[in-house]
Amino acid sequence: MASEFAVELRDVVKKFITPEGSEMAAVDHVTMQIRNGEFFSMLGSSGCGKTTSLRMIAGFEWPTEGDVYIEGKPMGHLPPFQRNVNTVFQSYALFQHMTVFQNVAFGLEMEGASKDEIARRVGRSLEMVQLTGMDRRRPRQLSGGQQQRVALARALVKTPDVLLLDEPLGALDLKLRKEMQLELKALQQQLGITFIYVTHDQEEALTMSDRIAVMSKGKIMQMGTSVEVYERPANRFVAEFIGESNFLEGKVKSVKGDQAVVDVPAWGEELIGIATGKVKAGDDVSVSIRPEKVRLTDKQGIKENSLEAVVTTSTYIGSDTHVYLDVRGQRFKVWEQNRISTLDPRAYYANGQKVWVTLLSENTLILPKA
Amino acid sequence: MLKRLRENKSAQGTLLISPTLIVMIGLLIIPLILTLIVSFGQRSPDGNVIYSFSLDNYIRLAGFSTDCTGGASFCFNPLYAQILWRSLALAFNTTVLVIALAYPLAYFIARAHPKRRTTFLFLVLIPLWTNFVIRVYAWMMLLRKEGVINIILGWIMGLLRIPFTPLEMLYTPGAVLVGMVYEFLPFMILPIYTSLEKIDNSLYEAAADLGANSIRTLLRVTLPLSMPGVVAGTILVFIPVMGTFIVSDILGGRQVILVGNLIQRQFLDARDPTFGSAASLILMVLTLIVTYFYTRKFGFGEEIVVA
Amino acid sequence: MNPFRRSPFVLFAAMLVYVFLYLPIFVLVLYSFNASRTNVVFTGFISQTGSQVVMDGSNVVQSPCGAFHWYCELSKNKDVTNAAKNTLTIAVVATIISTIVGTMAALALQRYNFKLRPFSQLSLYIPIVIPEIVMGIGILTLFSQLFGWINNALNLEGASRLTLGLGTVIVSHIAFMIPFVTLVVQARLQGFDKAYEEAAMDLGANEWTTFQRVTFPMILPGVLSGALLAFTLSLDDFVITFFTNGPGSTTLPIYVYGLLRRIITPQVNALSTVWIALVFFTVLLLQWIQNREQK
Ligand SMILES: Nc1ncnc2c1ncn2[C@@H]1O[C@H](COP(=O)(O)OP(=O)(O)O)[C@@H](O)[C@H]1O
Ligand SMILES: [Mg+2]
Repeated sequence: MASEFAVELRDVVKKFITPEGSEMAAVDHVTMQIRNGEFFSMLGSSGCGKTTSLRMIAGFEWPTEGDVYIEGKPMGHLPPFQRNVNTVFQSYALFQHMTVFQNVAFGLEMEGASKDEIARRVGRSLEMVQLTGMDRRRPRQLSGGQQQRVALARALVKTPDVLLLDEPLGALDLKLRKEMQLELKALQQQLGITFIYVTHDQEEALTMSDRIAVMSKGKIMQMGTSVEVYERPANRFVAEFIGESNFLEGKVKSVKGDQAVVDVPAWGEELIGIATGKVKAGDDVSVSIRPEKVRLTDKQGIKENSLEAVVTTSTYIGSDTHVYLDVRGQRFKVWEQNRISTLDPRAYYANGQKVWVTLLSENTLILPKA
Repeated sequence: MLKRLRENKSAQGTLLISPTLIVMIGLLIIPLILTLIVSFGQRSPDGNVIYSFSLDNYIRLAGFSTDCTGGASFCFNPLYAQILWRSLALAFNTTVLVIALAYPLAYFIARAHPKRRTTFLFLVLIPLWTNFVIRVYAWMMLLRKEGVINIILGWIMGLLRIPFTPLEMLYTPGAVLVGMVYEFLPFMILPIYTSLEKIDNSLYEAAADLGANSIRTLLRVTLPLSMPGVVAGTILVFIPVMGTFIVSDILGGRQVILVGNLIQRQFLDARDPTFGSAASLILMVLTLIVTYFYTRKFGFGEEIVVA
Repeated sequence: MNPFRRSPFVLFAAMLVYVFLYLPIFVLVLYSFNASRTNVVFTGFISQTGSQVVMDGSNVVQSPCGAFHWYCELSKNKDVTNAAKNTLTIAVVATIISTIVGTMAALALQRYNFKLRPFSQLSLYIPIVIPEIVMGIGILTLFSQLFGWINNALNLEGASRLTLGLGTVIVSHIAFMIPFVTLVVQARLQGFDKAYEEAAMDLGANEWTTFQRVTFPMILPGVLSGALLAFTLSLDDFVITFFTNGPGSTTLPIYVYGLLRRIITPQVNALSTVWIALVFFTVLLLQWIQNREQK
């Protein structure tokens, strides 16, 4: 291994000319380092530049500024067929005029592999994705899930250093998608290949990835493990995009270590919380409190951040009860786990019921606005 | 070199289009420019072109002449305007008749069972693929005094005991019209069919559901939606009719002279390419004007490619 | 409601139009068996007896070929075989070249952005919106002026003088066929997903291999229908050929046109019948191949 990083983007910018004629940066000064053997995801809503970033790694697009490095080597304008990365396309792009075997064999033929070797490696590859016996079929004669597996086998048979996947499960139904998520993850661990995975589905990213880059408008908002991006979002955007949260606006009064005191005018209270990003006294910040990390009690708690509230709606959804509250005029949501099996309606909160909300400072996050 | 080309998408496109552009410029645009230049020239006694800038040919086309009978130095005879007008009228009549014949057939095919559509369409294509000249010849055989139509008419009249003298149909304007209609009918059927076929069946059902009877469905749903096909067909029929000279030559004899015949004769019999070029340009401008106003009103359908 | 229900009026009108389309063809074929040499009135079929052609006035009474007498005459006619050879040569050569050039143009117009693109696209519509005769005499003028100039400048004499002939007809056919091929292929390219080509390159194929192995097989049906259209246009063309042919490059349509202005024997009908039959069976064959490929 020449480099610690399988793929590196250094200050990459990609500009497109819009149909109206103006310039638009689809990828805006992105720097990221993807380690060897890592399952790395790019997560963001549609149009944030994930596909464009991936296409620059594959070589279908060239950066306007900056460069892509694969195994430490700058790629410049190297065409796709000279890069040791392979792609699983969102539309699969299986060649309709070829059989499954011919599709998978295509990449090996390009390497000039012998007939025997091709047969052997294609067979093994199809076995890996559980498509043995389908090799004479045409892509049209396969189900969506099977086509997806052919696309995977076709890319993996080349034993690339890096596999690029652009929303590969997007076209599958939910159940199949969940199955494939586990299968893909297992495959990646078994092969030890670096996967770069593009998705707009946060749950998918959280379950599969070693690390996630959360993107918005061509920029990286945060890069980190699933736990990091969920428990310590770098800013309000990430906290809002991944999972759900209650937000309160405030101004920092003081910072001490990683803790900060914030004045929240809507509640007329001062809240103590963890400052994840760089904040200093006087900054306008958002206070984020995840709904599942709040305790509801019938009586006032002993902690300082304990506020009286009224239940506006309570929805039973099986594992949890979603309780929507009015806390001093602010909407506030709390997910209560249904730990006890009971038919007693009192266990599930009633509209208009008075409760106490207890906020722990270790669950209160102070986030920069960006 | 290869690397430079690989990175320059615009150069790749230009490279791919260049043979076409060379042909289009060399054999389309330059000839048109040349035609324009020649039309301003004068005819030499041996039938060649003397390049000059003279509007004589256009003045002649407009009907003015210095070569008059009775010793007048200047006279007016709108012979050529009449020819142009006759060609326009014929093209218009042909188009209208062709639409009237093509529409029911196209509608019939489009509404036929999908399995049989190919066969019905195929039956339209066969006459189209028999040669243009052969088709004119066939009508010559039909329209003759001793021809099949007169035989059939005579037989019917015989049954009805009405005295019958064979009709003189060949070498009349009517013969030319029938020939033109026959020649260009398939060019109207195909585009209309294409646009009718695109109409979803549920639209007919919706129309029926909303209480429209067949006539109203036809007028309010089918006709408007098939307009692109009619437009494309009109372009494919009107323009060639304006320029064709064989049909009038063979079915019209010397009786029906169209712009096409006028131009052709300048290049062969009369040997005055300068006058022929001028007539040809006038013909082109005329068709372009008609096409422009027609397509501006109705749009330019992609159905044109299908035929 | 039966979706394929149709009113009796539509059915009747459609049948009438079909009769209108086929009556002339039927008469044409029938008269190719006419005993009458002048072919004005149908005087009956020719009987197959003897080894000699026996005439009675202008009627053929007996022929070794029987009813197919005029077909036999046709096969002995040198002018016809020559014209047929010319027609096919022109159609094949012009179709091959215009299909290649037109496909390239379609790829360029559909895939690439370049400065000349709007102009190129527009120029393709010219042959559709101007009458063929205008194009025909334009090309004639070009060739006659160009050849006259070259012949004078190089002092060419006799057989080495440049004249109208097969070459000029082929070049002119190519010129009017390219736009049709391009527009047909372009229409087929519209739904082509670029991802297929990217996938091929991603798997290690360079641009040329990608074109050979992926792009071309995928656009082949479109290219073939463009070529078929070009071929039929070339076979059918009269006007352009009329102005650009020269001695020795007569095509069948030109030959038939020449006959129509002189005496017409049932040979012309025989020729037309052979033509129609060939077209019919070619189309049938193509249809059959296409059906088989879809399965
Ligand atoms: N070839 C292109 N030309 C112009 N704009 C493009 C092109 N490709 C992508 N874009 C634009 O760049 C932005 C990012 O696109 P993309 O990377 O596909 O987003 P994502 O995959 O995150 O949904 C979008 O606004 C898109 O419209
Ligand atoms: Mg995308």
